[in-house]
Amino acid sequence: MRRLAIPALLLAAAPAFADSTLPSAPLANTQLSDPAQEAKAQALMVTLRCLVCQGQSIADSDAEMAGDMRALVRQRIRAGEQPVAIRDWLVARYGDYVTYDPPFGLLTAPLWIAPLVLIAIGVWLARASFRRRRG
Amino acid sequence: MRLWLPLAVFVAVLAIIAVALYRPADRTVYSAMVGKRVPDFTVPALLPGKPGLASARLADGKPKLLNIFASWCVPCAAEAPQLMALKAAGVPIEGVAIRDTPEAMRDFLARGGDPYAAIGDDKTSAVQLAIGSSGVPESFVIAGDGTILLQHVGDIRADDVPAILAKLEAAK
Amino acid sequence: MIAEAGLAALWFAAALAAMQLALAAIGVRRVSAAPDVQGGLTADILGAVRPVAIVQGALAAVAMALLIAVFVRSDMSVLLVAENSHSEKPLLYKFAGAWGNHEGSMLLWVTILGLAGGAVAIFERTLPRVTLIATLGAQAAIALGFYAFLLFVSNPFARIDPAPLDGQGLNPLLQDPGLAFHPPTLYVGYVGISVAFSFAVGALVARDVGPAFARAMRPWVLGAWIFLTLGITAGSYWAYYELGWGGWWFWDPVENASLMPWLAATALLHSVTVLATRDGLRAWTVMLAVVAFSMSMIGTFLVRSGILTSVHAFAVDPSRGTFILALLVLYIGGALALFAGRIGTVRAGTTFDPLSREGALVANNLLLSVILGVVLIGTLYPIVAAGFGVQLSVGPPFFDKAAGPVALLLVMVMAAGPLLRWRRDEARALAARMTPPIAAFGVVLIAVLLLGGGVALLPLLGMALAAALAVASVAPLWGRNLLRTPLFTWGMVVAHLGIAVSLAGMASESAFTRATLVATRVGQPQRVGPYTVTLDGVATTIGPNWSALEAHLSARRGDGAVIQLRPQSRFFTNPVTVTSESAIATVFDGQLYTVLGQADGQGRVQVRLWWKPFVTLIWLGGALVAIGGALSLVGRLRRERRTRQRASDEAWA
Repeated sequence: MRRLAIPALLLAAAPAFADSTLPSAPLANTQLSDPAQEAKAQALMVTLRCLVCQGQSIADSDAEMAGDMRALVRQRIRAGEQPVAIRDWLVARYGDYVTYDPPFGLLTAPLWIAPLVLIAIGVWLARASFRRRRG
Repeated sequence: MRLWLPLAVFVAVLAIIAVALYRPADRTVYSAMVGKRVPDFTVPALLPGKPGLASARLADGKPKLLNIFASWCVPCAAEAPQLMALKAAGVPIEGVAIRDTPEAMRDFLARGGDPYAAIGDDKTSAVQLAIGSSGVPESFVIAGDGTILLQHVGDIRADDVPAILAKLEAAK
Repeated sequence: MIAEAGLAALWFAAALAAMQLALAAIGVRRVSAAPDVQGGLTADILGAVRPVAIVQGALAAVAMALLIAVFVRSDMSVLLVAENSHSEKPLLYKFAGAWGNHEGSMLLWVTILGLAGGAVAIFERTLPRVTLIATLGAQAAIALGFYAFLLFVSNPFARIDPAPLDGQGLNPLLQDPGLAFHPPTLYVGYVGISVAFSFAVGALVARDVGPAFARAMRPWVLGAWIFLTLGITAGSYWAYYELGWGGWWFWDPVENASLMPWLAATALLHSVTVLATRDGLRAWTVMLAVVAFSMSMIGTFLVRSGILTSVHAFAVDPSRGTFILALLVLYIGGALALFAGRIGTVRAGTTFDPLSREGALVANNLLLSVILGVVLIGTLYPIVAAGFGVQLSVGPPFFDKAAGPVALLLVMVMAAGPLLRWRRDEARALAARMTPPIAAFGVVLIAVLLLGGGVALLPLLGMALAAALAVASVAPLWGRNLLRTPLFTWGMVVAHLGIAVSLAGMASESAFTRATLVATRVGQPQRVGPYTVTLDGVATTIGPNWSALEAHLSARRGDGAVIQLRPQSRFFTNPVTVTSESAIATVFDGQLYTVLGQADGQGRVQVRLWWKPFVTLIWLGGALVAIGGALSLVGRLRRERRTRQRASDEAWA
């Protein structure tokens, strides 16, 4: 097989960095043999952000670091770790930026409550308009 | 009253956008481990004659500079003179090479000089992920007891050197 | 010379827009000061607005044509061409590359704006004169702001001296037929909504918000919405086959920026029919017209301002952001203030019961607005958090959880809506009419639970509701003479059916996709879903401006015929990039999606294989929605023409 020996700027790499020419980590692009574990890993990977990309999850990215993060997730799931624990480990290292699922906290409460508030406003608007109509 | 609600919402959205436009947010991803202990890790040696790196070595009582780099990384070559200057000032520098090969590393060190007391071989970015680094080059000032004091993202420029030296001094 | 001619055309168009605005403003002023005066200067002024609008549109089109000409000729002395094009590019991408960058796409925006205004001037015959002139004036006001933006801050025709030998090339991800289709369609949609906005502003200025205004506005709203639907559907499919991981929607900020006007426009087109036929929902209709265009403008702004992180975002320049921000304040702020100030005087309308078709349409408007609000808040939240110094990411986990349930609720309203009577209805009667859809829901729910093998809640509900909606959307045809059913009723049926089809596709893809990611050797069979895929070899191949490694894959399903797939890994030199081109085989019940990865140096090659059952329904559904819209549009236009004919026949009788 031809080795891809051409150094290339991967679309998702950060500027000013070339990339290594090493093959990706094992498990970066290979699935776990247990389908249930792979499903858990996949479900977690789509919620983790690629740190060197312009807005992609690690499940959707060709960047090397994304591959290494996928390998990390799969390794740990295979070792029996819970997805939540893996995510918390990454958040402890990179902050909430690394997860696409913002945790519910003081700063994000308005975000999560928004749909309910909007529905409530909607119902209020609708009821007011019906009531006026009837009268 | 209800009729002015859309305008009010619009003004709020505008305010958000205006603030974002005039105070652009820093897009750099910083490590959340600053202030915490260096996580445990061990990486083998990349070159014969140069030891690998274990996290215990970063907590041996002397403040150090941990440099995460790679031979294929262009800014890493640019910061080599600054690292040599820091080494000359007596700073112990431990290196972790990301996804690197011995031959390429030998060439890299021959070109820019070798400031490293140890170079660990990290082929899967394990150390990077463990310490909260998201690219190369990054440097961490680590206190004698293993606490991470400072993260410097990107190559070290000449005017960054005094700040790093000061941090290391304060850690002594 | 061509570039200078283009710039001159643009300046002339801008001047005409200014004239159009001035004439419209003066004309409307004079009429409201002396409403009974016929003829004279006022008539001349009003009469001049239409031709000016038409010529303005034509000139903008000329400028766009000249920009395309400059790209096609690869004139490297034009800065935009040098930065974005290359002489070796295939002709299609030289052509389409004209709008594959900030300045060119802004010129496309302005061209469509001008052409839309010109089209209104040519075709609009039913509206009272003053309202029409006020509308054209509003259109000119919008155009003027964007002309200024182009001419002062984003000149597409700027020269570069000395001219480089060749250009920097077009991003290879954009070198795809999708570039020729997706942006123009989307822009016709975005900018077509401006006509609705102008109509709404015109109606507010002329204090004429009623059925006549709604009937005049409706075809324009439908037309823009059809294109917006097509543009978003096309964009989704393009991302799906181009990015190589099988995803079709990422809740990316720029994608959200295209979804928000669509949501508002969908609510608007439902509202405008209520206003046209029942004279209800006046305030809603005007508000939605303003909101739809506001979302369109905010979207344009966000994508070019640099405040969002996205693969789609254009190159950043803060001065551009400031300019559009100023335009936003002017137009949207002005329109919203006008709304608040004037809508009180035009708000009377007919009354209706909560349980009625009008009631369902109000619910429809509300739920669409809630989804729009959720998407807007989710998209802007990381920016707000960054203002507090916190770095956050808001992505699919949030949007799926926050907008998904509301969307499913909306699907239920969509199922019941067309089955409700106007004005007032009985709950028991509705329940009787809803029995077939509810039965369909139950059947599919149980079937998937029993046979599906562990499906998550949202996709499960999605599939069951899609079935219910499909049954409910064809229900209005039940018991009717199909040949005598009005075309616009067919339009409603087809469009709602399209939503059901699309929802079924989304749910199926989410629940039943099978993936195999593996490093394989030549001759080693891999299984994915019902298929066995074998790598026969990797060859090299070349294209017009790229070279590639191509994998030869043979796929077989049981005893079926062997399908050949050739995914590639392409290398471009201008600029230096590697892209992966997926190879997709479409069969009647899904798609086999294959991607070539890297070789591992030990005789194995990474391949990514997906079996996606019924995924094509997603885009097929989108196309159906657009077709439904087109049927409605044609149906309404024909009905209007027949009504006008009958009225003039009666006048003669």
